[in-house]
Amino acid sequence: MGLVIHNEKIDRAAAEKLMALCPFSAIGYEGGKLSIGAGCRMCRLCVKKGPSGAVTFEEERRGCDKSAWTGIAVFAEQRGGRIHPVSLELAGKARELARVTGHPVLALLIGDGVGNAAEELLEYGIDKVYLYDDPAFRDFLISPYAAAFADFIEKAKPSSILVGATSLGRSLAPKVAARVRAGLTADCTMLEMKENTDLVQIRPAFGGNIMAQIVTPNTRPQFCTVRYKIFSSPERGEPHGETVRMPVPEEMKAGRTEIIKILKKPEETDISDAETIVAVGRGLRSKEDLALAEKLCSLLHARLACTRPLVEAGWLDAKKQIGLSGRTVKPKLIITLGISGSVQFAAGMRGADRIIAVNSDPDAPIFSIAHHGIVGDLYEVVPALLKKAEEAGHVL
Amino acid sequence: MNIIVCVKQVPGTSNVEVDPVTGVLKRDGTSVKLNPYDLFALEAAFRIREKAGGSITALSMGPGQAAGSLLEAVYMGADRGVLLTDRLFAGADVQATSYVLKCGVEKIGDFDLIVCGKQTTDGDTAQVGPELAEQLGIEHAAGVVSIDEVGEDSITVTLDLDSAVQTQKMKLPCLITVAKDIFTPRLPSFRRRFETSSDAVTAYTAADLGGIDPSRCGLKGSPTQVERIFPPETRGEREFYDGDDPAGRLFSILSEGRYL
Ligand SMILES: Cc1cc2nc3c(=O)[nH]c(=O)nc-3n(C[C@H](O)[C@H](O)[C@H](O)COP(=O)(O)OP(=O)(O)OC[C@H]3O[C@@H](n4cnc5c(N)ncnc54)[C@H](O)[C@@H]3O)c2cc1C
Ligand SMILES: Nc1ncnc2c1ncn2[C@@H]1O[C@H](COP(=O)(O)O)[C@@H](O)[C@H]1O
Repeated sequence: MGLVIHNEKIDRAAAEKLMALCPFSAIGYEGGKLSIGAGCRMCRLCVKKGPSGAVTFEEERRGCDKSAWTGIAVFAEQRGGRIHPVSLELAGKARELARVTGHPVLALLIGDGVGNAAEELLEYGIDKVYLYDDPAFRDFLISPYAAAFADFIEKAKPSSILVGATSLGRSLAPKVAARVRAGLTADCTMLEMKENTDLVQIRPAFGGNIMAQIVTPNTRPQFCTVRYKIFSSPERGEPHGETVRMPVPEEMKAGRTEIIKILKKPEETDISDAETIVAVGRGLRSKEDLALAEKLCSLLHARLACTRPLVEAGWLDAKKQIGLSGRTVKPKLIITLGISGSVQFAAGMRGADRIIAVNSDPDAPIFSIAHHGIVGDLYEVVPALLKKAEEAGHVL
Repeated sequence: MNIIVCVKQVPGTSNVEVDPVTGVLKRDGTSVKLNPYDLFALEAAFRIREKAGGSITALSMGPGQAAGSLLEAVYMGADRGVLLTDRLFAGADVQATSYVLKCGVEKIGDFDLIVCGKQTTDGDTAQVGPELAEQLGIEHAAGVVSIDEVGEDSITVTLDLDSAVQTQKMKLPCLITVAKDIFTPRLPSFRRRFETSSDAVTAYTAADLGGIDPSRCGLKGSPTQVERIFPPETRGEREFYDGDDPAGRLFSILSEGRYL
């Protein structure tokens, strides 16, 4: 299984072509024999773009009765009985996906005294809430939570499971996925459903400017995590579903961790829920020039955000970073100043209703995602804009 | 205390692009480096060893050249490196990676604590650590921001749970993944580089890991498959202004959109 090399079809020229093709330098050629080393990432370019028939991909048929797994499940994360908004967004997405397969939408709710949260979930169109309610679940402890989750999978047999990529979700989902040997795709930015119930998971990959479309063709369930604010939250409506209280036996509560203390973090003015954002990038020449962006912020009642290099330079706090390794934002308006528009940055803001980009380089990638691309030097454009606004009677 | 630190060698640059016409993946250079997040994992392990004694093994699954990154870990202060390398391991997703790492951990044998980085800059999933813990049947804490106490048979750590920080005491053996910036990583030491013998890094193939199940390694053991790669989409209706009065244009967009 995997890549099969057909040495009889490979001469030196073909080998050189293949070696040049491999982006991971994983192909070697010695003594008239081609070899593929451990650096291989199975991108299969050698199969697709190499000399015909030289390297082929043999798929293995692994049996899994997909029809035994039905339902699109959402892990409903809660804290203090409040459902995390990302779970509601996922509930909305799950409903959309379920239209393709006709599967029910399920929710898994784990907590202590969270019956009200179950009611709330039903108002977001969940068909069935599986509720694990017990004092053992008051705080997040990995073993009890994983045990409840695995129990849910065993009982409900969901085909797909959507988990919010919160700190808790990113810790719990892989634990459970490993237990049931499920495929897990992190930080999906798009989800689609195939009629054969394969979940199409799309995410930026290879740490670079590429999107990868990932499927789990041979096993169930299929797991993915999705960040907050990637999808829109659904409308609340008339509930039609039901809540099932699941038994919580003693052994489900066992663990080897003891909580010493929990400290609430102070509320921050977070960029995640800002309606208007001014984001700055490396086009800014010095820390002092942040003042210019701040002026624009006060004109627009916007919050300031930035790209990763500015955080690395120590100019702004990491909490202000937008992107794959920062925050995801979904404002009504975002203005980017001196930002090239790398895929990692874009992953955190493409959901914005309106994107205006100012960049001096007409070829900057940001222009391919901006609704309004403006070619210009931010050091000329922003002061001139502020001046115009002042003349028009706006207070800065 | 015997500590295993999982480290990965990652591409030195992230300049990967897909040619929109041919669909070919373009990657410039073949430079590699130690995953920057793993430097924090190594440093956390060094600090724990300072308190509790014991030894540190850096463990990696990857191609032969990943031995270089393990040596770097040794120059920083790890006692030795173990590389798991085999063509069978190629194309591994999170599940297959953590399975092979589990076999490596079992080969190493005795351990009290495993430390992982928060994420890698190429796989970028932050999932290998928790999956590895589950495969080994131990508990984990992800996103550890401080190590508060190291006891005989337990470790107390604080983890970030978005709206709160939770301090918890975990029985050993267990696994932690550490947040970026938990400590400032030290630089590789010149003296150690000088003194390190060439057998500081041991490489094992699948055959050396006796009892490993080939059907759970590499692509074969990966439930997820990359079906297609493509450049990020570009949007349809959009304006591109390259005229003489960018500030004026911006002002009218903002006024018309009632953002002012
Ligand atoms: C795994 C991984 C995760 C990452 N996560 C993130 C993330 O979460 N967030 C993030 O932002 N990055 C992230 N990055 C980094 C990302 O790849 C880019 O390096 C980064 O976003 C670039 O920031 P930038 O646009 O500010 O800088 P640059 O790419 O250097 O762009 C600066 C832009 O400013 C323009 N400019 C210069 N002078 C002016 C001027 N006077 N007026 C107007 N325009 C000007 C230039 O034309 C250029 O386009 C990640 C990278 C990796 C590998
Ligand atoms: N191939 C590998 N070999 C050793 N450790 C790894 C490997 N891949 C991932 N890890 C560990 O798991 C962490 C998370 O990686 P990832 O899930 O790829 O983001 C890393 O910081 C490493 O500590």
